[in-house]
Amino acid sequence: MINKKVNSVHDAVANIKDGATVMIGGFGEAGSPIELIHALIDHGAKGLTVVNNNTGSGHVGLAALIENKRVAKMICSFPRTANSTVFPELYKKGELELELVPQGTLAERIRAGGAGVPAFYTATSVGTSLADGKEMRNIDGRDYVLEYGLKADFALIKCLKADRYGNLVYNKTARNFAPIMAMAADTTIVQTKQFVEAGDIDPEAVVTPGIFVDQIITVANPLLESELVNAGEVYP
Amino acid sequence: MSDADQIGWNREQMAERAAQDIPNGAYVNLGIGIPEKVVRYVPDGREVIYHTENGLLGMGDAPEEGQEDPELINAGKKLVTTIQGAAYFHHADSFSMIRGSHIDICVLGAMQVAENGDLANWSTGNPDAIPAVGGAMDLVAGVKTINVITQHCTNKGYPKLVSECTFPLTGAGVVSRIYTDLAVIDVAPEGFKLVELAPGVDFDYVQERTGCNLIAA
Repeated sequence: MINKKVNSVHDAVANIKDGATVMIGGFGEAGSPIELIHALIDHGAKGLTVVNNNTGSGHVGLAALIENKRVAKMICSFPRTANSTVFPELYKKGELELELVPQGTLAERIRAGGAGVPAFYTATSVGTSLADGKEMRNIDGRDYVLEYGLKADFALIKCLKADRYGNLVYNKTARNFAPIMAMAADTTIVQTKQFVEAGDIDPEAVVTPGIFVDQIITVANPLLESELVNAGEVYP
Repeated sequence: MSDADQIGWNREQMAERAAQDIPNGAYVNLGIGIPEKVVRYVPDGREVIYHTENGLLGMGDAPEEGQEDPELINAGKKLVTTIQGAAYFHHADSFSMIRGSHIDICVLGAMQVAENGDLANWSTGNPDAIPAVGGAMDLVAGVKTINVITQHCTNKGYPKLVSECTFPLTGAGVVSRIYTDLAVIDVAPEGFKLVELAPGVDFDYVQERTGCNLIAA
């Protein structure tokens, strides 16, 4: 019988090795798999390349992963947000690398990576410094820049409902990057609020089909990043 | 430039003026800051669908107290609600709406706009600053019409409408219309063209505060 459920967040992240590329879902706190990120800090893998839209808030979740010196490189579109101090400080000291990618290009690179498309042309960033040094092509009278698909060793994402096959449904704007990261990673690890019986999710309503999912852990009452930040929490 | 604060349109009025140009049935993306205020001023009788690039069509107002959901936010990470008939989707679909030219109008803030329509709104180019771009370059490359709301001059009184941007570009030749505290100005093939003056402002006053030639209406 196929059953992708695992027993703990620690089991889920146990195979993440030093130097791995890890996509982490979330747009700000919406969709951030905070329990999986904390388990990754406990696990100890370092030298990671992390793909996320932002760089976390306060001293928990992604910001804590960075603060605990586990991240060698961030690939993101917007590394500054309210309460985001960890990344800017370490970046200014030259302690980690940043690859800045326009948000839509980031999403499309992830989608392409998951779809077996090695590269694509886009008008985004043409005429700007973010296109410097990149291959250009004029198609039907308009200039486009070549961007490469992005893949990862692991994706850590969060959803509302999952069944044992890995079919997923998300909650509102917490969906954001999760479905495409699930496609682009060799191993996709999901924390779900609810684990349901196969068949409980209407096949018409499945957002991420189970083929893109490898491991599922139930976290029924996930921590809220904003509450932890407001309380001044520091992880670990 | 303290007298510039005394005349012309205030921030609410700039948003109200920009809202008059949004047609019924438009799909609209609003940038962070003054553009967010546009939503309050769409004229009665028009229905507009708001897109937020983190994955929602049919964004509604801020939630009432007790109705907040930290997983229902806009691109500025502010709490929002949905209208009846809203839809959620993932980031690649959301940016397909943008990059595939399905969004009709985007209203953005600006640091500088050049007379050829170049827009700078993401970076001062200061090497000590942490660069952050978000979705701005995708929006200007893909949305059908890019309008800008901005103060006519910086806090220090420098013109933001210039012959050539000195800050790094967000996009080249992308801006259609600019709403400032002093005027509505189109980016025409021949340069900045005055469309409308704010109450109490005359052409010369706007020209003096613009970094290049302004063409009369």
